[in-house]
Amino acid sequence: MEFQSPEFRVKVGLAEMLKGGVIMDVTDAAQAKIAEDAGAAAVMALERVPADIRAEGGVARMAAIGKIEEIMKLVSIPVMAKCRIGHMAEARVLEALGVDFIDESEVLTPADEENHVWKRDFKVPFVCGCRNIGEALRRIGEGAAMIRTKGEAGSGNIVEAVRHLRAVRREISRLGTLDPAELVPASKELQAPLELVEYVAREGKLPVPNFAAGGVATPADAALCMMLGAESVFVGSGIFKSEDPSRRAAAIVKAVTHWQDPAVVLEASRGLEGAMHGLDIAKLTPEEMLSRRGW
Amino acid sequence: MSGDSGPIGLLALQGDYAAHARALAARGATTREVRTSGDLDGLAGLVLPGGESTTMLTLMEGSDLAARLVAEIAGGLPVLATCAGVILLAREVRLPPQRSLGVLDVVVERNAYGRQLDSAVVALTVRDPGALGAEALEGVFIRAPRVTSVGDGVAVLATRGDDPVLLRQGMILAATFHPELTPGSPVVDLFVRQVRAAG
Repeated sequence: MEFQSPEFRVKVGLAEMLKGGVIMDVTDAAQAKIAEDAGAAAVMALERVPADIRAEGGVARMAAIGKIEEIMKLVSIPVMAKCRIGHMAEARVLEALGVDFIDESEVLTPADEENHVWKRDFKVPFVCGCRNIGEALRRIGEGAAMIRTKGEAGSGNIVEAVRHLRAVRREISRLGTLDPAELVPASKELQAPLELVEYVAREGKLPVPNFAAGGVATPADAALCMMLGAESVFVGSGIFKSEDPSRRAAAIVKAVTHWQDPAVVLEASRGLEGAMHGLDIAKLTPEEMLSRRGW
Repeated sequence: MSGDSGPIGLLALQGDYAAHARALAARGATTREVRTSGDLDGLAGLVLPGGESTTMLTLMEGSDLAARLVAEIAGGLPVLATCAGVILLAREVRLPPQRSLGVLDVVVERNAYGRQLDSAVVALTVRDPGALGAEALEGVFIRAPRVTSVGDGVAVLATRGDDPVLLRQGMILAATFHPELTPGSPVVDLFVRQVRAAG
């Protein structure tokens, strides 16, 4: 893996710049402006927020080009956009449009049930979701420059994000206890490239930044993700499906920066109106679990 | 330095402060993350990292952090500002205009080289090898700002084409690129030497 190539270094470099920040889902320019004014480090353009995709059903695709362009024109922070898993043509369109990052996302309807996009061939950086370290390393092997734990998008429920963050953290620390010979069966068991497994065992971290996503609805949810080792947080439906998007967005930004200081998280949480209603994960069928998409 | 004259502070509101921490640790320096004005007490130097300047400005609102930063820098604290850090320090910011701390006598344009697709690793021209302590220099540019005007008291140490990209004004060292992302960068070496000389 060419971690040292100039192309890969500038991809991971942008991911480094987004650390300690909040990346917010937006569906139009007005929302993007609210996000930027609240202190978002980047915005993610998509056609519908995950909670609406869940409620309305149908095929979820890359956002309308006009909407993404509107957003790119209006805000000065990086603009990301989602493509469907395996949909390399959507990815090429987004790259040609000039978005700053592509999220190959399980939130959209997968275009390929076996293969993800071969991301090394692109100049634009990609972020991909994972539930565990094997999935993370497979995506990095394909060229992803940032990983986000999946959580359960559109649920308003942090439980899956916690599960995935803890799984990644636990597996990183386990790999650190193995000797070189043991990393070979570990690589086989995780279905991950050996050289990436060796990197994690040696460095005690993923080779690219690891952010959290899926189910963040409150400042305390965001702080919890940071406590569990996330380097930044994606917030989807949690902001624009709440009763006070602007204040909630600013509060979550503050909580991510000051996650180690409960007094600041308290102050950020004070006076917020209703959070999004949310779903009981245990009542979802396997088919309704977006995080099961991708492998 | 790290023992007697205090750690180097890393403005840790948002951005790549962890990359700076790694670069400084590799040179034997200790660091402290700075999120409130109290974290500025007793520092030997200060890093303003890359990241999103709008986010950092928003997070400074409603506190005395910005005022304290200006006072410390005016008082001669050695500073390394990279990318968004330069935008924070500039006298004037354009494209779009935004407020700034105004302690570095330059005008900058944000995202002036384009979007992420225009980000690149570039070989720079060293204008003052003596001051930098190196003949060659690599610049990692990520959605970088461009310095369009430089005041009289600002020395240009390196350029990208005609654009000034590494500047020194008193104890402030400012790079529109990311020396913290180049292993062994002479820019970080120079900053550490300045901190040690000041302490």
